[in-house]
Amino acid sequence: MANYTLQALYEDDDHLMKAVKETRSGNHHIEEVYTPFPVHGLDKAAGLKPTRMAITSFMYGVLGLGVAIWMMNFMMIDDWPRNIGGKPSFTFFQNMPAFVPIMFELTVFFAAHLMVITFYMRSKIWPFKKAENPDPRTTDDHFLMEVSAEKNNVQNVAEFLYATGAKEVTLKQS
Amino acid sequence: MYKMSNKLRLSAIIFMVVGVLGIAYGFLQAPSSKAEAKEILEHKSAHVDSHAEEANTHQVSEGNAHSSEHADEAHGYEHLEHAYHQMQNRPWSAVFVPMLFFFLIAVGALVFYAVQNVSQAGWSPLLFRVMQGISNYMLPGAILIYLFLILSSLHLNHLFVWMDPETVAHDEVIQEKTPYLNIPFFLIRSAIILLAWVWFRRVLVKNSVKQDEEQNLSLYKKSLKLSIAFLVTFIVTEAVVSWDWIMSIDTHWFSTLFGWFVFASMFVSAITTIALVSIYLKSKGLLEQVNDSHIHDLAKFMFGLSIFWTYLWFSQFMLIWYANMPEEAVYFVSRLENYKLMFFGTVAINFIGPLLILMNSDFKRINWIVVLTGVLILLGHYFNFFLLIMPGTVGESWALGIPELGSLLFFSGLFIWFVFKGISQLPLVPKHSPFLKESQQYHY
Repeated sequence: MANYTLQALYEDDDHLMKAVKETRSGNHHIEEVYTPFPVHGLDKAAGLKPTRMAITSFMYGVLGLGVAIWMMNFMMIDDWPRNIGGKPSFTFFQNMPAFVPIMFELTVFFAAHLMVITFYMRSKIWPFKKAENPDPRTTDDHFLMEVSAEKNNVQNVAEFLYATGAKEVTLKQS
Repeated sequence: MYKMSNKLRLSAIIFMVVGVLGIAYGFLQAPSSKAEAKEILEHKSAHVDSHAEEANTHQVSEGNAHSSEHADEAHGYEHLEHAYHQMQNRPWSAVFVPMLFFFLIAVGALVFYAVQNVSQAGWSPLLFRVMQGISNYMLPGAILIYLFLILSSLHLNHLFVWMDPETVAHDEVIQEKTPYLNIPFFLIRSAIILLAWVWFRRVLVKNSVKQDEEQNLSLYKKSLKLSIAFLVTFIVTEAVVSWDWIMSIDTHWFSTLFGWFVFASMFVSAITTIALVSIYLKSKGLLEQVNDSHIHDLAKFMFGLSIFWTYLWFSQFMLIWYANMPEEAVYFVSRLENYKLMFFGTVAINFIGPLLILMNSDFKRINWIVVLTGVLILLGHYFNFFLLIMPGTVGESWALGIPELGSLLFFSGLFIWFVFKGISQLPLVPKHSPFLKESQQYHY
């Protein structure tokens, strides 16, 4: 059975938000929304589950902190003991204040970089990947919503989308 | 309109009455002569001997002092005099800590209000009256602080060593600072700063009340300009205040980020107080348009500024620890020797607590979690102020006893009284504030 997808194009993010809400309350299935910039509140309006990115970020941060502690202990205490600030204590704990900036930086470094990489992987983006957006105008100033439809219902859905304020509606068959 | 409930009124009065008794007890208990102080010390050391197995640094240092007393009579006398002054300072310091703490909270609330005006924030106008109400404590707080400073300069206490001409005569370091640290100039600039702050509070609130009656954009513009002027004045004068009232206690020592450190502490406490008062009023069925998103924003500030405070705390600590120069390190040595648990405890309460509790986005919207963290933050920052003042005035003779708790109770009672009086004097919604509509519709 062929799947039909209708692509409705909007000119304004407020129109898009209104259309997304109406489409959802009209019991139509939104497959994907393409926007040139993050639209505030769109994830909630489209009914997406809350992101788990924050949880991964916390875990990466803890990992970074752990790596920093291990690294500073290995470098400055175990492998080549240092006299830090004229205080030759040679214990990790007593030299800890000197390591806090590094611990902080590596926590941020790990959280930020690994979170970006996770985001790319979850979004299936990698170098030289061909763009997936159906219409290049969504990278400029237009907003596109994809709505799936049954074969015998295409006309109805298209009319509904025009009623929500779509500038144009195209039919895609896959 | 909010009306202060009888229950709140009564508890504020009880706080004040019990607090006054505690403060009075503190002054009566302080030794009035060296002989009395000697008695207390001997009583203490007898206590130490009987509990010798519980040896800690405090007891060890006292034991050392005693053995040297036998070896060198003059040193023993010096130690006694030192301890005597510390014991005499204790009730005064106990009053000074919460007095400063609550006053700076009230000022911080006004600063937050001015920041909202200057940034033209759309989320916050519903909370303006809470901020203005909290700043109502500024006038009584300023009067009390100024009275206290006058009493200090009359040598009724020895919180500020540089005020004592005999000490200065034997101290070259302080002599170099006397062009700035002298009693007349100190009192004059304190008066000017307090007057300026109270004046700004008066005109800002007056302007906001006038806006309730007529829709007039020129009033809004006036508030904006006044707020800019206040913030510029404030950040300079706040630094001066933190040097004068707090840093000059440890007269030899100085830190260049001290003003920021005090500011961070007062600002996070003020925003926490705004959140607590808002949640209290909401629980009374008032401020019904304030929703979880407003509380969420306040909690974000609590979270972020707690980290900011820690950043400054650590920046100050690490540089001095690293360089290890005696004239700077002595500040932390005195805190680590006699206040170790509290010193690191403030970092635990003010940093690790809010960091772990408020990190989760959903928790910032749950009112009881915000209240719990808020109480924790206020307690932690009281201890922060305790640590700013006590080690330089009371030293190793400190305790958390009846004088300290009494004055904390008294000033919290006074604070509650004036804050809720202030809130009850104004309608809770600033009617013609240009961003009111945005605030009412605010959602995250």
